[in-house]
Amino acid sequence: MFGYYLDLALRSLKRNKVLTTLMVLSLALGIGACITTLTVLKLLSGDPIPQKSARLFYPQIDPLPLAGYVAGKTRPQDTLTYVDAMNLLHVRKAERQVVTALTQAKVTPPERARKPFFSDGVMTTADFFAMFDVPFQYGSGWSAADENDRARVAVIAGFLNDKLFDGANSVGKTIRVNEHDYRIVGVLKPWSPQPRFYAHMLGGHNYGNGDAVFMPLLSARADGMDDESNNCYAVGDVSKLETAPCMWLGMWVELRSALDAVAYKSFLSNYVKQQIALGRLHRPEVALPALMPWLRSMQIVPDDVRLQAGLAFGFLLICVVNTVGLLLAKCLRRSREIGVRRALGASRWAIFAQFMVEAGMIGLTGGVFGLVFAELGLWAVRHQPAQYASLAHLDLPMFLANFVLALLASLVAGLLPAWRACMVAPAPQLKAA
Amino acid sequence: MEIRPILASLRKHRIPALLIVLEIALACAVLCNAVFMIGQRVTDIHLPNAIDEQGISVIDIQGTDPKQAVDDIPRYLTFLRGMAGVQAAAATNTLPLNSNEWMTSLSTTPDALVTAKGSVNASVYLFTRGGEQALGLRLLQGRWFNADEYADSTLGDSYMPNTHVIAVTDSLAKRMWPGELALGKRVYVEKLSYTVVAVVADVLRPAREMDGNPGFYHTVFFPLSESKELGYYVVRSAPQDRQRIVREAVQGLSALAPQAVVKGTTFSEMRNKYFADMSSMVWMLVLVCVVMLAVTAFGIVGLTSFWVSQRRRQIGIRRAVGATRGHILHYFQTENFLLSTAGVVIGMALAFGINLYLMQHYEMNRMPWYYLPGGAMALWLLGQLAVLGPALRAAAVPPVVATRSV
Repeated sequence: MFGYYLDLALRSLKRNKVLTTLMVLSLALGIGACITTLTVLKLLSGDPIPQKSARLFYPQIDPLPLAGYVAGKTRPQDTLTYVDAMNLLHVRKAERQVVTALTQAKVTPPERARKPFFSDGVMTTADFFAMFDVPFQYGSGWSAADENDRARVAVIAGFLNDKLFDGANSVGKTIRVNEHDYRIVGVLKPWSPQPRFYAHMLGGHNYGNGDAVFMPLLSARADGMDDESNNCYAVGDVSKLETAPCMWLGMWVELRSALDAVAYKSFLSNYVKQQIALGRLHRPEVALPALMPWLRSMQIVPDDVRLQAGLAFGFLLICVVNTVGLLLAKCLRRSREIGVRRALGASRWAIFAQFMVEAGMIGLTGGVFGLVFAELGLWAVRHQPAQYASLAHLDLPMFLANFVLALLASLVAGLLPAWRACMVAPAPQLKAA
Repeated sequence: MEIRPILASLRKHRIPALLIVLEIALACAVLCNAVFMIGQRVTDIHLPNAIDEQGISVIDIQGTDPKQAVDDIPRYLTFLRGMAGVQAAAATNTLPLNSNEWMTSLSTTPDALVTAKGSVNASVYLFTRGGEQALGLRLLQGRWFNADEYADSTLGDSYMPNTHVIAVTDSLAKRMWPGELALGKRVYVEKLSYTVVAVVADVLRPAREMDGNPGFYHTVFFPLSESKELGYYVVRSAPQDRQRIVREAVQGLSALAPQAVVKGTTFSEMRNKYFADMSSMVWMLVLVCVVMLAVTAFGIVGLTSFWVSQRRRQIGIRRAVGATRGHILHYFQTENFLLSTAGVVIGMALAFGINLYLMQHYEMNRMPWYYLPGGAMALWLLGQLAVLGPALRAAAVPPVVATRSV
């Protein structure tokens, strides 16, 4: 029966080519717009480290003076001062803990002829690589002992290794960063979580390429490397950031369970109370959001991207209404044919099914063209100046979503016309003929 | 034109009529909001900025030895000033629209903490002698910094210079001392205090802050002697010389500072880069509007054509009993006008609702009222254009059709 309906649908679609093209095209445009914007939205709001994100937490406290504080309303700060970060790091209350800042790393290639260049540097602590499941091509991260010795050791990204050492195992070689020689202890496989969650609020970009050089925070600071973004809450000596009244470090802790998170938060709260008693801190507010809730609260996805997705769905809605109208026009025009079929014994259900099959065919064809429009849209996105531009590609789930959406839209559009068609009373139609 | 027969006929075709109304309503709602968003962004992209945007080139020198800055900066500036076509040059900490923010809180009361309420957040520009000429700032009141004020101002280990004079933009002056003369007023950053010696025309911040467009102009200027924090070199020339100057300056400075990474650009390029995301959003919105209107128009054409072909017989009868072609034409035009009117009334309400929702969840202003009738007019026009083809075909139906049995 299904095969027969397909044949009927095909014949009907062929009969009025302009109308069919119009329906397919308008559906395809709507679907294409939706899939393009959804792909970008999914890319930007995705989980950067899905296997672990539920166990990663971002401790926040507030070192600002009491002036301007409103209990229960003022949210704790997004970054930490050096003193607080080190205090929390050294207590080692969590499974793992890292403290991170970014720096502009000037890399001087070993060959004299090549010019120095800037790349993205990360100043962090030993747990970083294990905590964020960073994959190594060669070697490994550095140890806590290296850190305490202020050892000049570095982990570099694969792309930097390719650039400097043609991809060979460079562990043990040196890399010149900001006029200091660092010994390479590890080379990473391609690694660029989207968004670059560990660096959000530390300056720099949220999406795009991964970082190039990773160095121990203490060593890099001892060599005078500056961080990318300072937030100072009082005038102070910023040449000594370690003691200045400035927030510039992001901290992450890995905890085993939600229960541990509750325990860690109360530890954090106690730490702040103790510091308030000492007169160092003044505001009692603390927070310990998990990774994904934190990213959401930071509204890391640009407003424009969400607006675009909303707009695309509005557009699809218009396209669907349009298709409903055109399908309805078509099926009302075929009242006589329906009358004949009904008179020859077709049930209402059979008529309904026949028209739904026709709508579904329009949907699938629309889906195919929608895919073309989506690829075209994503191509346009890739040629935009945005940070995430190069990452906008259609993946398998979105490919499937494209057809599901197309089918769904067309079936919804087909419901009303198909219902009207199956309600056609056969007798008057036959009489008119 | 009598509209009762039209209404009667529409009652018989309730569902297709409702679909047209719905489509026009949705299109009207989306159109109003999209055009409003386009307008806001276009305004932002063209925000005025009282520096010589067409004459400025910017050279960025990074990776030099900070200890040498005091000697290096005069060397670089001498080189830049010696280039053919250069009218002025100065070193600065950051520039409008380069995304490299440097902000402080300013207070009108002494010893106020920077976190205290009532202090105003402003972007800080620090520049060496001649910075006002190099940028092409426009003096509204007061005087420029003098040579001593430049020479005596140092940063030390703070982010705030130890000078005692500042220039503020007109917007910042109005924000801090509404209705008063800003000249001679004092500004405090904790224990530091500065006197306003100049009010300049509005200059944009390095990046937009959350507080809307007036806040985008909250900027303050300090004189500064050579310091390691000054990594940008502003070079002013005639517009047609900029490309050559950027090229030669990058070459020359790379030779002077072989260890540094030197980059150059014109300010116009910098501005385009800053607003690039916004302009691509504008183009995308324009595209969506055009395609949406086209889809709506084709929908109207499709449904009306169907109506026309369904009513060929009736049209023929009307023509046979004396209706002119004009009558038939007007019939369909009036019918479309009625449907469009219903559509835009619902559409305007919907547009208003969407705007309210966007205001709550996004950074969006209230849509001015005139966008609503504007969108309505557009949809009315679109409806009339779309219906013209099918209506003309209806008008062309000969009266003889009435006598044929279909």
